[in-house]
Amino acid sequence: MTPLTIAGRALSSRLLLGTGGLPSLALLEPVLAAAEPGLVTVSVRRTSSTRDGGLLSVLRRYGVPVLPNTAGCLSAREAVLTAELAREALETDWVKLEVVGDEASLLPDAVGLLDAADQLVRRGFTVLPYTTDDPVLARRLADVGCAAVMPLGSPIGSGLGVLNPHAIETVRAAVAVPVVLDAGVGTASDAALAMELGCDAVLVATAITRADDPVAMAGALRLAVAAGHAARGAGRIPRRSTARASSPMSGRIS
Amino acid sequence: MSITVNGETETHRGTIADLLATRLADPCPRGVAVAVGGVVVPRADWPRRRLVEGDVVEVVTAVQGG
Repeated sequence: MTPLTIAGRALSSRLLLGTGGLPSLALLEPVLAAAEPGLVTVSVRRTSSTRDGGLLSVLRRYGVPVLPNTAGCLSAREAVLTAELAREALETDWVKLEVVGDEASLLPDAVGLLDAADQLVRRGFTVLPYTTDDPVLARRLADVGCAAVMPLGSPIGSGLGVLNPHAIETVRAAVAVPVVLDAGVGTASDAALAMELGCDAVLVATAITRADDPVAMAGALRLAVAAGHAARGAGRIPRRSTARASSPMSGRIS
Repeated sequence: MSITVNGETETHRGTIADLLATRLADPCPRGVAVAVGGVVVPRADWPRRRLVEGDVVEVVTAVQGG
């Protein structure tokens, strides 16, 4: 599989892993081993102890690049400060930018998102925004300098898959930067479809971390992303409304 | 003097490093970031940045997240 490059960095895999939702940190290492992700996301939260539960030490030991997010931020101001804190704490200027409109839908706030993306790019961040499946907004985000765009397949944690495949294809066609399907994946076929639609990578958290068997699902998602990417490259047959025999019609017995 | 740390009011005298030594048992813990008044204070400044009355301080680290 050809490696995906974002902002000049080649990633080892087109499956990106979110760490939220695992029932125990002890599962993180086997999930990492099964998923072999190219990036792993973490969140930034207030702390009252030095113990982060060992999260960062597991990620450092595994050697996977860490992508902090601004999950939970409801305004550009909160997201920019959270990104600045993440840069200081984690020593990376990469950020998965989330500015959501409300806590019920967790849908991106287009106005705040574009504002925050613009500010962060100007401050030297490599910005990967979580966005709607809107090709116009995706283009605006790319125009202000985002290193990739990450449209949702369906709401965060919903497992509804890619609800509007056509919209994902139009996002893919609208921007030159990598497109990462983010949010909504429920199982392997959803990730394969996203890749077949032309996405460059898929970010999965809940589908793995809240599966009955997170390690087995991590392996399934790794295979699905690879299969979807290979299928996209292979060129699928056009859809037809009528049958087309694959066996020769001549020479049949009568 | 009275400052706010992670949303809670407390009494503190000294630098950011002093605060972290008290709260986190380490004046310069890895994987932690600090903001005062909405502005990130670089780690190198923690030993000399004195907190003053009314400062609003955020102390954060990485947690599992989407």
